[in-house]
Amino acid sequence: MTVRQSSRRRVQDRLAERSFLIVALLPIALVVIMIVALALRSSPIVAAKPIGDLLFGQTWLPLQGQFGFAPFILGTLWVTFTTMIIAVPICLLCTLYLSEYAGRRLRGVMKPLLDILAAIPSVIYGVWGLLAIVPFVQHGAAPVLNQLLGFLPIFHSDNPTGYSVLAAALVLSVMVTPVIIAVTYEVLQTVPQGLREASLAVGATRWQTIKHTVLPKAAPGVIAAIVLGFSRAFGETIAVMMVVGNVAQTPTSVFDPAYPLPALIANNYGEMMSIPMYDAALMGAALILLIVILAFNLVAVLALRQAVRRSV
Amino acid sequence: MKKKRFARRHIEETIFKTLMLGSFLVVAGALVFILLTVVVKGLPALTWEMLTQTPKGGFYLGKEGGILNAIVGSIYLATGATILALIVSIPIVLYLTTYAHRSRWAGTMRLSLDVMWGIPSIVYGAFAFIIMLAIGMRASLLAGIVVLGLIEIPIMVRAMDEVIRSVPHELREASSSLGATRLETALKVVLRQALPGIVTAILLAFGRGIGDAAAVLFTAGYTDRMPDGLLRPVASLPLAVFFQLGTPYPEVQQRAYASALVLTIMVLLISLGSRLLARRLSRNVIK
Repeated sequence: MTVRQSSRRRVQDRLAERSFLIVALLPIALVVIMIVALALRSSPIVAAKPIGDLLFGQTWLPLQGQFGFAPFILGTLWVTFTTMIIAVPICLLCTLYLSEYAGRRLRGVMKPLLDILAAIPSVIYGVWGLLAIVPFVQHGAAPVLNQLLGFLPIFHSDNPTGYSVLAAALVLSVMVTPVIIAVTYEVLQTVPQGLREASLAVGATRWQTIKHTVLPKAAPGVIAAIVLGFSRAFGETIAVMMVVGNVAQTPTSVFDPAYPLPALIANNYGEMMSIPMYDAALMGAALILLIVILAFNLVAVLALRQAVRRSV
Repeated sequence: MKKKRFARRHIEETIFKTLMLGSFLVVAGALVFILLTVVVKGLPALTWEMLTQTPKGGFYLGKEGGILNAIVGSIYLATGATILALIVSIPIVLYLTTYAHRSRWAGTMRLSLDVMWGIPSIVYGAFAFIIMLAIGMRASLLAGIVVLGLIEIPIMVRAMDEVIRSVPHELREASSSLGATRLETALKVVLRQALPGIVTAILLAFGRGIGDAAAVLFTAGYTDRMPDGLLRPVASLPLAVFFQLGTPYPEVQQRAYASALVLTIMVLLISLGSRLLARRLSRNVIK
């Protein structure tokens, strides 16, 4: 009796192992299915047009069958790079402060603060962008920078609305903050304390210790954190499309409106079934997003693992 | 010469320390700025009527009505998605922590979950849209629940995984030495020990589900009616904010700000609640 019971328990254990394994394979399967489904769905347009025309074509006229993705891809890149230029220095300095200078109390405050920043839904960031950032760009940043630095093409402004690359980038730079700071902080914590002490012991200031010891040691992990932030900004949809203007032209200045890929998909999915090839084009846009972000995340996650493992 | 260098590096130290403190204040200030903007704009427009009524005729022209449909719809969507995600996540976590401990598979699975975490919700939405077209399904509560569930799974699994991996090994060993199988140890000892962390993970995922707009846009649709079935479209708060802002009428935009405030308060309450609950539940944890 007891023998049978114990063997039943063991069978139960084995069964659980098998069935849990099947469930655990679902996420991998899902990612593969997503790529295949999006690729199948966008294949008609790849079959009909040369891939170069699609990726580098400047004209987007779905009704006439012209699908040039260049303005959208470049729009996404403009918004994302501007975001990183604003966010990366601030996030790095902030994290260094928390990790190398701040006391326990301040660190205790930072965790909930970042949690809340990460929890705020993107539509709320969009509302904030609309109420605060767009008017700031319209009445503050654009006229002032145009006057001072307007001779540089990237600061030239002929857009009176404020809906612009810069507005989207300012909103996004707050949205990527929790990711970049949290990951960078983890990475900085893996730098052995002994290294810092050795540097301070030979008379280096704290900043010199950071510059010559901590940052070089943590560099791969910090770069991975930045890449994770980059891909977050790359795929953000609702908040961006509320403030970026959604004009299908390639921006030449941070004050120009843009039309990033996610906004293109979200704005047009309603009519995509009524125009030939339109659905294939939009699913192609989703596929581009997915592949770029998968590649970036994969590299970042692997680099992070490497960084953490090496320090242990 | 020597003195000068000494001075220079101290100036550098001061400059960078100021910059760092400044950056910290910018980040903290941004959060305050966002919350203040939403409260200042939303509070004057928030009325009891908004919370307790569904949109009446002409709501989007500024006539009366409220966003009860969206509040209830969002709660349905996020609750359904969280339950679905939990059902899938628990076996995954148990596999990762109990059976595949340190094996090669576990590494690959964690990697795929980390990567999945970063996939933007618009891509999930587009993917779900393809599947819905293929099987002839319309925008509905069910579709919204499934896609939000998929989005929540990686969040939930990774959060639970972290907690369960921090459960002391001795506890497992003690349980095994009493003759418990790995499954019994996992269900009766490990999960219980990790309960506070699991609750936090659930609420984290719930918060993500309730705030998502891009995936819901494709899958759940929108309606002015209260949710009335799994296969019917359902309203959600983020989209309520988005659509009301999209109208040209100031009265309706005011309501969008109020809706944004409602959503923000809900998300903050979830975040706060998870902290309190985790603290409360951790009384039963063996340290």
